[in-house]
Amino acid sequence: MGESENSSGRRRFLKSVAAVGAAVPAAAALGADPHTHHGHRAELAQAGRVKGQAQPQVYGWMTRPEQAFIEAAVARLIPADELGPGAKEAGVSYFIDQQLAGAYGTMARNYRQGPWPEGTPQQGYQSRLTPQEIYRAAMREIDASCLSRFQEPFHRLPDAEQDRMLSELESGKFALESVSGNFFFGLLLANTMEGFFADPIYGGNRDKAGWKLVGFPGVAASYADFIDKHNVPYNAEPVSIADVLQHKVAVDEHGHPRHVLLSKKD
Amino acid sequence: MATKLKPVDVVVIGVGVTGTILAKELAESGLKVVGIERGQMRDTFPDFQMPNAHDELKYQRRHDLMQDLSRETLTFRNNNHETALPMRYLGSFKPGEGVGGAGVHWGTQTWRFSPWDFETRSRTIARYGKNHLAEDCTSQDWGVTYEELEPHFDMFERVYWVCGKAGNLNGRIVPGGNPHEGPRSREYPLPPLKVTHAAALFTKAAQSLGYKPFPTPVSTPSMVYTNPYGVTMNACVYCGYCEGFACEMASKGSPQTTVMPVLMKNRYFELRTLANVIRINLDPAKKRAVGVTYVDSRGREFEQPAELVLLASYVFNNVRLMLQSGIGKPYDPVANTGVVGRNYAYQTPSSVNLFFDDRHFNSFMGAGGLGMAVDEFNSDNFDHAGLGFIGGGFIRSVSSGSRPIEVRPLPSGTPRWGSAWKKATAHYFNRTFGLALQGACQSYRGNYLDLDPTYRDAYGLPLLRMTFDRHDNEHKMSVYITNKAAEIAKAAGPSKMNVNPRTGRYTIVPYQSTHNTGGAVMGNDPSTSAVNRYLQSWDVPNVFVIGASAFPQNGGYNPTDTVGALTYWALDAIKNRYLKRPGPIAA
Repeated sequence: MGESENSSGRRRFLKSVAAVGAAVPAAAALGADPHTHHGHRAELAQAGRVKGQAQPQVYGWMTRPEQAFIEAAVARLIPADELGPGAKEAGVSYFIDQQLAGAYGTMARNYRQGPWPEGTPQQGYQSRLTPQEIYRAAMREIDASCLSRFQEPFHRLPDAEQDRMLSELESGKFALESVSGNFFFGLLLANTMEGFFADPIYGGNRDKAGWKLVGFPGVAASYADFIDKHNVPYNAEPVSIADVLQHKVAVDEHGHPRHVLLSKKD
Repeated sequence: MATKLKPVDVVVIGVGVTGTILAKELAESGLKVVGIERGQMRDTFPDFQMPNAHDELKYQRRHDLMQDLSRETLTFRNNNHETALPMRYLGSFKPGEGVGGAGVHWGTQTWRFSPWDFETRSRTIARYGKNHLAEDCTSQDWGVTYEELEPHFDMFERVYWVCGKAGNLNGRIVPGGNPHEGPRSREYPLPPLKVTHAAALFTKAAQSLGYKPFPTPVSTPSMVYTNPYGVTMNACVYCGYCEGFACEMASKGSPQTTVMPVLMKNRYFELRTLANVIRINLDPAKKRAVGVTYVDSRGREFEQPAELVLLASYVFNNVRLMLQSGIGKPYDPVANTGVVGRNYAYQTPSSVNLFFDDRHFNSFMGAGGLGMAVDEFNSDNFDHAGLGFIGGGFIRSVSSGSRPIEVRPLPSGTPRWGSAWKKATAHYFNRTFGLALQGACQSYRGNYLDLDPTYRDAYGLPLLRMTFDRHDNEHKMSVYITNKAAEIAKAAGPSKMNVNPRTGRYTIVPYQSTHNTGGAVMGNDPSTSAVNRYLQSWDVPNVFVIGASAFPQNGGYNPTDTVGALTYWALDAIKNRYLKRPGPIAA
C-alpha cells in the first residue's frame, strides 16, 4: 500500500475520505479547516468559548469534516436571525459531539442484539448501527454526494442549496446507501433540538439561547404564588444547573432558585 | 448451582407501588418478608435533589429513571402474521426500574375506574344487546365490583394523599365534583390544587356546552399532609418537572414518599436490590410455589424458599414470570385456549392543541395531572346506541409543565425547522395548552402476550412478545370523543387548533402512555382468567399476581388508583382469608 509515502496524518485522512466518495474532485476542500472558508476564524474561535468559562469548547469525537458538516447543518435547522442566535451559535454541534461519544451514541441503555430485519415502521428502530455509526456513515455519504453533484462538500454549499439537501433527506428523496436518509435527518433534527433546549451542562444552549428564545426559565423556582395568576407573563432570567451549583443564584429552603423577574413586557 | 437461602414467609417480586404496600402490611402482621428488586435503591435524598432534578435531557430524553433495555426489553408486532422485533428504544410506554418502579416518575393522576368499567360485558349486553360487542372482543367482567373496591380505593387515596373534589358522596351528587363517578364513602383527603389560566378557560368553555367540569384527581398534595401511615408530605410548588421526573420535594405520591419510610424501619422486612428474579419455583405437581430463583449483581444464583409469593412487578414481568415458571396455561389465540397472556390491552389517548395569539399561559409551570376535566364522554356515561363502539375517555385540560425539548406544539402546517419554525416556536411556547383524552381500550382475541421464539434477555431467557393493535371500536371511539373535545376547545376561543384523534395502526415509537394492562387477568371463570377475583393464581394458590396485569381490559382513565385499590383488596383477602386457611380462596 502507499501508506509509507503518505505518512502525514493529513494525507492518510484525505485518502480515507476519498475512498468513500465516487467522484472527489474537491477532496482537498474537505480536509481543509472548515473555519477558513468563512473568513472569520477568530470570531468563530471566540464563539467557541462558553461565557464566563476559561476553557474553549472543543470536539472530542467528530473528525474535522464532520465538525464542518454538523456546524453547517445545525445552522440551517435553527438559523441565527433577527430573533437571536441559532443552533451553531448556541454550541449545538459540541452537544452532538459529546452525545455521540457517550452512552447515547453507543446505545448503552438500548437493546442491541440481532437479528436485525427491517421490520415495519410501527416496530421502530431496528438498525444494527448505533447513532454514532449512523452519523459517521451518513455524513460521509452526504458529503460524497455533494462533491459528486456540486464539486463542494455540504458545508460549502450556499444556504439555499443546503436547505434543499436537508429537505430532500427529510422527504426521503435524497436516499443514502448505508442508512435511511430520512432516518438520519430525524436523528439530526431531534439531537439539534435537544442541544438547543437542554441544560447548558451538556455543551449546547450556550448563554441559554434556546430558553431565552421561547421564554423558558430553566431550573424552576417555586411557582405556588404565581400559578393562578391568569394571563400574566412570568418573565424570568433563566437559571441553569451550573448557576445553582456554582452559587450564582440564591435558592430557597428546598434548593429552588429565586428567579430574577425581568421588567420587560412580553 | 443456586445457593439455597433460609426460608421466609413471603417473597414480594418488584418493590414499586404495589410491592411496597403488600410488604409493609404483611411485615407488620409479623411475617418475615423479603422484597426483591432488579434495580437500584433510590430515594428523595440523595437521588432526586436540586438542581439536577430539573434536567430534561437526562430524565425525559435519556430515561434515567426508566427500564434499561440493554438487559431486557420485549418484542412487538401488530398481528401474528408479522415477525415480532425487539423494542430497542423506549417510546410508546416507559416502565420504571429500581425501587419505587414507575411510581417514581408517574404523572400522578389518580382516577377511580367507574362502576361500568368493572362490568363492561354484562352491562353492555344488558343495555345494547349482544351484537353491540365486536365478535372478537374479549372484554369481560372483572369478578369484582366498584362497590366491593370502594373502601380500598379510599385507603389508597389516603395513603397517596390524593387531591380532588367528590362528585358523588354515598349516592348524593355534589356540585363541583364528577357527577358520573361511582359513589364515594367520603370526600377526598386533600382539597384540589390551584386553577391555572388554561384550566379556567377550559372550565368556562365546558360549562358553556352544559358539561360539569371538576378538578382532575392527583397524587400531588395541595398542602402539607400526614397519611394514615404517619408519613408527612410537602405541598407541591408547581415546578413543572413532574411526569418523567422524580420529585425533589417529596410532593409526589410514590413508594418512597408514602410507604417506605415506615416499611424500611420494620425488622421483619428485608430489601434486596440489583436482584433479578428469573423463575418462581414450583413443587413437582406444579400446584405449589416453593420459592423463587434470582440472580444478583455479581451473577450469583440464589434460591429463596417462601410460603407465599407475591408477583408485584410491572405488567410485562408479571406475565413473563408466569410463563417462564409454568404457572397457568399459556394463551393460544388460534385455538382460543389458555389464559396467561390473554387480554393484553392498552390505552387510546388523543388530544387537541389550542393556540392563542392574545393569551399567555406560563406553560412551563404546572404539576403532573394539574387541570380540570369532564367525564361526560367516558365509560357508558353517554348513549352508545348506533355509534358502533363501546367505552370512551375523560377530557382534561393539561397544565403539566412544558419543558422545551419535548413539549413545544405548533399549529399543524408549521415547518419543522428553519426560521419559520423558530418564529412560531418563540411565539407559541407560552401561548398554548392542550386537552388530553384518556381513551379506553377493549380486549380482543388477537391481542396477547407470550414468549418470543428468537430474542433473548441478558440472562439468555426469552423476551416477552407483544402482539397488539387497536381495533375499529377504539378508532371510532377516539374520533367521536376527540371531536367532542374539539367543540370544547373551540368554545375557549383559540386562534388555531390541532385536533389529533388516534387512528391507524398502533406504533411502538411515539410516547402514548405507560398504561399497559392485562395478560394475567382476574375473573370468576378459570377458563378466561389467570387469577381469581382476589388476584390469586387459579393453578398455584400460594402465588398472587397483583397489578394492572389483572385488568381484563382498560378503562378511559389512568390506571394507578385502580391498581392501588386492587392491591388493598388482594391484601385484605390474603390477610383475612388466605393466611387463615392457605389454599384456594375463591370457588
